[in-house]
Amino acid sequence: MLSIKNLKAEIDGKQILNDLSLEVGAGEVHAIMGPNGSGKSTLANVLAGREGHEMTAGSIDYLGKNLTDYNVEERAAEGLFLAFQYPVEIPGVSNIAMLKAAVNSIRKYRKEDELTAGEFLKLIKEKAALVEMKQEFLQRSVNEGFSGGEKKRNEILQMAILEPTLSVLDETDSGLDIDALKIVAHGVNTLRSPDRSMIVVTHYQRLLDYIQPDYVHVLAGGKIVKTGDKDLALELEERGYGWLEQQVETG
Amino acid sequence: MGESTQELDALVQREYKEGFVTDIESDTLPPGLNEDVIREISRRKNEPAFMLEWRLDAYRKWLDMPEPEWAHINYPKIDFQEISYFSAPKNPDDGPESLDEVDPRLLETYAKLGIPLEEQKILAGVKGANIAVDAVFDSVSVRTTFRGKLADAGVIFCPISEALQEHPELIKKYLGSVVPQTDNYYAALNSAVFSDGSFVYIPKGVRCPMELSTYFRINEMNTGQFERTLIIAEEGSYVSYLEGCTAPMRDENQLHAAVVELVTMKDAEIKYSTVQNWYPGDEYGKGGIYNFVTKRGACRGDNSKISWTQVETGSAITWKYPSVILYGDHSVGEFYSVALTHNMQQADTGTKMVHIGKNTSSTIISKGISAGRGQNTYRGQVKILRGADGARNYSQCDSLLMGDQCGAHTFPYVEVLNKTANLEHEATTSKISEDQLFYLRQRGLSEESAVSMIVNGFCKEVFRELPMEFAVEAQKLLDVSLEGAVG
Repeated sequence: MLSIKNLKAEIDGKQILNDLSLEVGAGEVHAIMGPNGSGKSTLANVLAGREGHEMTAGSIDYLGKNLTDYNVEERAAEGLFLAFQYPVEIPGVSNIAMLKAAVNSIRKYRKEDELTAGEFLKLIKEKAALVEMKQEFLQRSVNEGFSGGEKKRNEILQMAILEPTLSVLDETDSGLDIDALKIVAHGVNTLRSPDRSMIVVTHYQRLLDYIQPDYVHVLAGGKIVKTGDKDLALELEERGYGWLEQQVETG
Repeated sequence: MGESTQELDALVQREYKEGFVTDIESDTLPPGLNEDVIREISRRKNEPAFMLEWRLDAYRKWLDMPEPEWAHINYPKIDFQEISYFSAPKNPDDGPESLDEVDPRLLETYAKLGIPLEEQKILAGVKGANIAVDAVFDSVSVRTTFRGKLADAGVIFCPISEALQEHPELIKKYLGSVVPQTDNYYAALNSAVFSDGSFVYIPKGVRCPMELSTYFRINEMNTGQFERTLIIAEEGSYVSYLEGCTAPMRDENQLHAAVVELVTMKDAEIKYSTVQNWYPGDEYGKGGIYNFVTKRGACRGDNSKISWTQVETGSAITWKYPSVILYGDHSVGEFYSVALTHNMQQADTGTKMVHIGKNTSSTIISKGISAGRGQNTYRGQVKILRGADGARNYSQCDSLLMGDQCGAHTFPYVEVLNKTANLEHEATTSKISEDQLFYLRQRGLSEESAVSMIVNGFCKEVFRELPMEFAVEAQKLLDVSLEGAVG
């Protein structure tokens, strides 16, 4: 599904990712953990193709395609979804109008017929129930006046509707209380399937109590320094990141 | 934003689809302005004597008036002797009675602009099914649709030149009663030389059965358009009126100086919407219409209401302040505006709300969008006079900047002479953020669609005031006008 080899990337000339390699198979859920500033969000943004995040070496193969050949919206249409750490507010644009435009834009790219208003309404009603989102949120401006939890639920709703092949969840648990966290995790778990892979970027182990990863990677100093299963996350919770960072420096 | 800027630069060329010229023989007065020219205009229109006197009176006053220079706009001095003040398509008789008598080239022109002039087609078609149109071509009205149906309801909708023949008493009573001859330099000029425009009279208790609209088209070269519109809503009546405007693409600047007067009696309401798309000039600022317009409404009766909605995307220069004088107690004035300046366009626009009656209220929502090297100025005045107990005003001025070479300016003036007044003013200036663009693109939208969505969201409060069909048109127009404006 996704094969990242020896990736180097910089922002404003500052090297953030350094020789990062990662293999994600179909249907797998990978958690990426690491201290602040280790490059977790940079990895998410590089995958999505954000400008200003320059790839200077390495390769990213996605479903047999060279991901860097595609711009931001093409990657989205190719099935790559990024759930934002800080979802952006767009005043005056209703959630439902934005989503309908997004769905149909992607369908157009895939040379599929656009959804009619009726078909779309049916789809969104079904998916909104998944994240327990009330109808009124669909009519409100995108993320405007939403609480932290509502914003994150909105991200999962968008993911449910766009049905991506590869989802990157960037610190989706940050700013969530326990109830919101459960709703978000339920949404994510429901969307797990044999042909959908997920990369869950998180700072804390807490999220992984609800979303069980197949692999846990620790990112430090711009590269993956340790890989394990969910027990690694528990160990990190106990010991912190310090010992791993030291290993990197001394090794 | 290196790569995408280049992609967008390629789109900067805005296509002005209405920029064609109709090849039609016109009867045009030679350029120049003097009393003889005014007499000639009046003679051609076979006007009653009082009208000619009124025009000459305005002209003499205009000669002594200084050209206003306070607006935040730059343009070379206009030579009023180089402009022709009257131009009409040649036609055997003035005022064609049926569609067959209208020159087919004119019908074709309006068809190309998407303005339906054939009633059967309109009724059969979907678009504009419930709209009556007065089509003004240069200095004359060439066709007014659905007059029969409107007459059945007692509504008068006709060219103002015709109203002067058929209803001189109404013209005499109301013309200049809201915008006096000497109100300002351009209003005085218009009073002297105005050629055509629409006249609307809604009798007592009538809710106008259709949307009314006037479509202004400048075609002839070196010709100014000076239209005059007068709308009177008698007690308890209602009308929604829309005007649209376009002109060919030319390297020379052309002058458009209109006056619109609205009057509402007790419990009456006028909703006046404008979609202004005069030729804006090219990206270097060559050509385009100079748009100097005076629009004012008088809420004369208690509980009456006047609402202005404007979407200003065209013109090289826009100078326009649709205003409401709130005489009647509990009367309401509204102003909703989207003004867009791209390339070298300049706009100085806003409103004036004058509160005279008790418990009067006004709302001002202004959305300015500047792109390219456009300069966008909001200028508004809220005046609460001594007797206006309990007056309320809410003003909101938002500016959206695209790129780093454009400008947004806000000049709010407030004058309060009554202690019970309640005024609120909010203002914001923002840029389309890279975060917003990235977010929408990550959801699969192209950069262009993302910009369009953000801008339309910014304008939403104004667009929802437009009649349905025109709200859609306005959005499309904004998209075309903004093509490639991000950088």
